Amino acid sequence: MRMVRFIREGGKAMYLPDFNYYCPHSVQEACAILADLGAGAKVLAGGTDLLIKMKHELVVPKALVSLKNIRSLADIGYVEGKGLILGARCTHNDLVNSTLLHQRYLSVAEAAHQMANNQIRNIGTVGGNLVNAVPSADLPPILIALGAQVTLVGPGGERTLPLEQFFTGPGQTVIAHDEILTEVVIPDQSTTGSTYIKFGLRRSGALAVVGVAAAVTVVERVIREARIVLGAVAPTPIRAREAEERLVGNAVSTELLEEAGIRAATACKPISDIRASAEYRRDLVRVLTKRSLRRAIEQGHV
Amino acid sequence: MTTMQAITDQNGVKRYMVNLVVNGDHRTVVVKANTLLVNVLRDHLDLTGTKKGCELGDCGSCTVLLNGKPVNSCLVLAVEADGQEIVTIEGLVQQGDTLDPLQEAFIDHAAVQCGYCTPGMILSAKALLAKNPSPTEQEVREAIAGNLCRCTGYVNVVKAVMVAAKRLQEGRGADHEG
Repeated sequence: MRMVRFIREGGKAMYLPDFNYYCPHSVQEACAILADLGAGAKVLAGGTDLLIKMKHELVVPKALVSLKNIRSLADIGYVEGKGLILGARCTHNDLVNSTLLHQRYLSVAEAAHQMANNQIRNIGTVGGNLVNAVPSADLPPILIALGAQVTLVGPGGERTLPLEQFFTGPGQTVIAHDEILTEVVIPDQSTTGSTYIKFGLRRSGALAVVGVAAAVTVVERVIREARIVLGAVAPTPIRAREAEERLVGNAVSTELLEEAGIRAATACKPISDIRASAEYRRDLVRVLTKRSLRRAIEQGHV
Repeated sequence: MTTMQAITDQNGVKRYMVNLVVNGDHRTVVVKANTLLVNVLRDHLDLTGTKKGCELGDCGSCTVLLNGKPVNSCLVLAVEADGQEIVTIEGLVQQGDTLDPLQEAFIDHAAVQCGYCTPGMILSAKALLAKNPSPTEQEVREAIAGNLCRCTGYVNVVKAVMVAAKRLQEGRGADHEG
């Protein structure tokens, strides 16, 4: 009986249920289709999360609205006075190979490089990574640390909000069903360094057990500004504000970074799961916070 | 135009015309929107060198090159690949039946045991060598990190890719060593 169930579920899982398919050429057109179809329609970008959920029948969309024909969403560019713009449909490997990111925020390219494996990085997208809102996702911590904003376009127009305010829970965000995340903007800033450190159980194809991003402004060895963002230790990526406050205005020292680590560990709310216990995660936050601060302070945007 | 060219049969089932360039040949298939690229290659085009393993993007046995980049064909809808270029393991054989230098090196170095992961391994390596003709061992390992082997392991696979790179650099192509 168990075997029969196993085969049936296993067999069913690998084929996708039927759905209607749309591939509009503009964001406006895509939003109109989403508004028209209601909550049963889903946006398809790379599909590396969505198609797996559909194979497991965790989501059964009536329609998929593909972004593949909306070319403008795949650009990475820099706009004077606005910042560095990552189109939502850029793949992770587009970030890994971006000259602009290498020049300005290598830390973002490096975070993308630590995700999944090469095949997934060739199709998975920045927008998908954000909208799927997996608590252990690798891009949100570093993007939030750099103060990134996201643009959401819906039938009624567009809105921009800090990525920090985008996530509301595991798999949950503020995006409406007829809105599309079109771009991520990393604003021009005075930060002198940023980095993301991920601890996964394998070098490749492993979710973060803990991920810690730090962005700092250091002038003559004194920390002027600091942002620390923790991934995989709460329902959403979280800022470690008590740790940040401890740093600001103080000269860099080993003791100071250790104290920041302890404060970050106190602030996080990890769970125990198959990858690690809550205690282990908490201590890892202490260690990785210290290390990521050290790296961002000493090595710049890496 | 918000949809691709499609036909609807008498039961109301919609099928889309998907044009692909597969291993250099223009191929057209007519499929439902939920058809995956891996199933088009295997079931419609009889290119069964592309394997199905986990079908969840973890194992890499369904790896093909999409516009030169390795992707898991189990996670790509055929309709999404419309108009794109695909290379499968069958596309690596050069004129006649000359094997690709990578295929030769895999044979020479016993990098194949059951063979299930081999097409994906070779295509990942093919994409690496196209971009980086003289990779370090670390770069080879990273390139095949999305291709799981459950029998022979990775030592001989890495060795084979390194040797193929060296032979290509020396312009010896498929020539055997020694």
